Amino acid sequence: MPNTKLKRVDIIFSEDCVYKDVLADNLKKSNEDILKDILDSGLRGRGGAGFPTGLKWKFTSQETEEEKYVVCNADEGEPGTFKDREILTRVPLKVFGGMAICAKVIGAKHGYVYLRGEYQFLKADLEKALEEFHSFVKELGFDFQIHILMGSGAYICGEESALFESMEGKRGEPRNKPPYPTISGFRNKPTVINNVETLVYAFMICRIGAGKFHELGTTDSRGSKVFSISGDTPIAGIYELELGMSLEDFVEEFGDGDTKAVQVGGASGFCVPRKKFKDTIIGFEGVPTGGSMMLFNSSRSMYNVLKNYVEFFEEESCGQCTPCRVGCQQLKKGIEAIKKGEKSAHYLDTLQKLADTMKVSSKCGLGQSVANSFSSIVDNFREEMIY
Amino acid sequence: MPEIKELVKDLADKHGRNRESLLPILQGIVTEERFISDVAMTEVARELDMSAALVYGTATFYSFLDTKPRGKFVIRVCKTITCDMKGKKQIVKTLEELLKIKVGETTKDKNFTLLETNCLGWCHKGPAMLINDEVFTELDEDKVTEIIDDYMRNI
Ligand SMILES: Cc1cc2nc3c(=O)[nH]c(=O)nc-3n(C[C@H](O)[C@H](O)[C@H](O)COP(=O)(O)O)c2cc1C
Ligand code: SF4
Ligand code: FES
Repeated sequence: MPNTKLKRVDIIFSEDCVYKDVLADNLKKSNEDILKDILDSGLRGRGGAGFPTGLKWKFTSQETEEEKYVVCNADEGEPGTFKDREILTRVPLKVFGGMAICAKVIGAKHGYVYLRGEYQFLKADLEKALEEFHSFVKELGFDFQIHILMGSGAYICGEESALFESMEGKRGEPRNKPPYPTISGFRNKPTVINNVETLVYAFMICRIGAGKFHELGTTDSRGSKVFSISGDTPIAGIYELELGMSLEDFVEEFGDGDTKAVQVGGASGFCVPRKKFKDTIIGFEGVPTGGSMMLFNSSRSMYNVLKNYVEFFEEESCGQCTPCRVGCQQLKKGIEAIKKGEKSAHYLDTLQKLADTMKVSSKCGLGQSVANSFSSIVDNFREEMIY
Repeated sequence: MPEIKELVKDLADKHGRNRESLLPILQGIVTEERFISDVAMTEVARELDMSAALVYGTATFYSFLDTKPRGKFVIRVCKTITCDMKGKKQIVKTLEELLKIKVGETTKDKNFTLLETNCLGWCHKGPAMLINDEVFTELDEDKVTEIIDDYMRNI
């Protein structure tokens, strides 16, 4: 790489880790010590919502139910995200190791990996790795088993409560919250559900110590993160970078010299136009991302980008609640009508109001986040929506 | 249809006969048959002792659990934004010409179905598509033609 302002990090894929030693050592530690490490590290969930991982584990450990579960969310459906596939391909044992440490802390005997149907081809290799894992935990005398369950092509099943419904053999329709999974998750039992990447970071924090992780990043966004970078960039791919970078530095390194906008966080994330690159921080204090970074250069029509996103949501909405089901349809119809000249440009304001309504009245994160991309694209590229 | 009955029974033996077995069983039917017929759904309901409406409700929720007849090879081309930007439309056009069908259709010989799907998780290597469970990335016209030729030769 040329001289760069972004700090490359090598934690997730690092070879310098004998997973057996890490697991054996940590299963001997006290739960309090492990929880303290995860809490002190500042690790926050890498699946999008960014909930502190240590707290999630702690809450679940405090529940008194016999049955508890740890679930690895490998549904990775957010457009522009492909890092979990890479992690599961290259370091599956670290994922399982993270699940095992979590299981010890919360007191679970069973773990599940919910793998999206699109990644069926990974299953055989994962099962092979699982065999090795199971024989090792048995050697250690630790009572824990991991099962792999497959999805079948539904983005909404990445939403945690929809994922539990799907694991239970039902339609993947999100539940009302609260109760949260730490109290009532899979089979209505206390459950820790974490993203693939979160579990590997938790595992690696147990290896390198909370301090090493904590010293990376910023106050609100500790550590590093695996980014999935695609679109108009000469070097698309997967990169582990320190959190808290400015979008300007990011574009300088990954752009093609003509970047007009970056969609941070996938279809449910935010579109940042060139004039705001300088003031935008990638992280929980600025624009957060589950890893998806899509670059668009000036040859791209932002209308096409928005239409593609809205169509995505319209198809993937589970249809359970009206604001989201009907809202997505109307947003799509609306922007098409404006583009064709059947509606005046003012109609965009009406659509923005609709998106805002969806944000406050939809049942789950899908419907609530449509407004993110909708408003950020319409606000910044209004002319492109009209002409 | 004795074969379907056999298949459902085998799958239930393997995955169990409760609500949680439903999805793995339906997935197993799709792996064997490429789609779940009404007969198959009724059979699953009988084998698991639940209402056919429950089975139908679950099956129709998931885009990979097809309930319409599909070809032996189901092609799903990613239509999400980065693949779209990298030339997905041309890939679909090439496939339509090679197979002489439109998106959503199945060839007369029942060998191929052409569909579109959402992001496959290969955005850095778009355009991407699945043929059944196999992934193909960085597609162009030549590559797609070669892939389809290969499949046709091995049918
Ligand atoms: C529509 C929707 C889709 C989601 N898809 C995923 C996903 O594919 N993978 C994931 O880890 N989290 C996904 N999430 C977030 C999960 O609900 C949940 O917050 C996450 O798995 C928690 O893990 P973490 O704390 O490690 O991030 C999704 C959320 C919503 C609302
Ligand atoms: S917001 Fe959309 S996806 Fe979520 S429950 Fe409502 S209809 Fe389903
Ligand atoms: S956009 Fe096609 S694989 Fe992600």
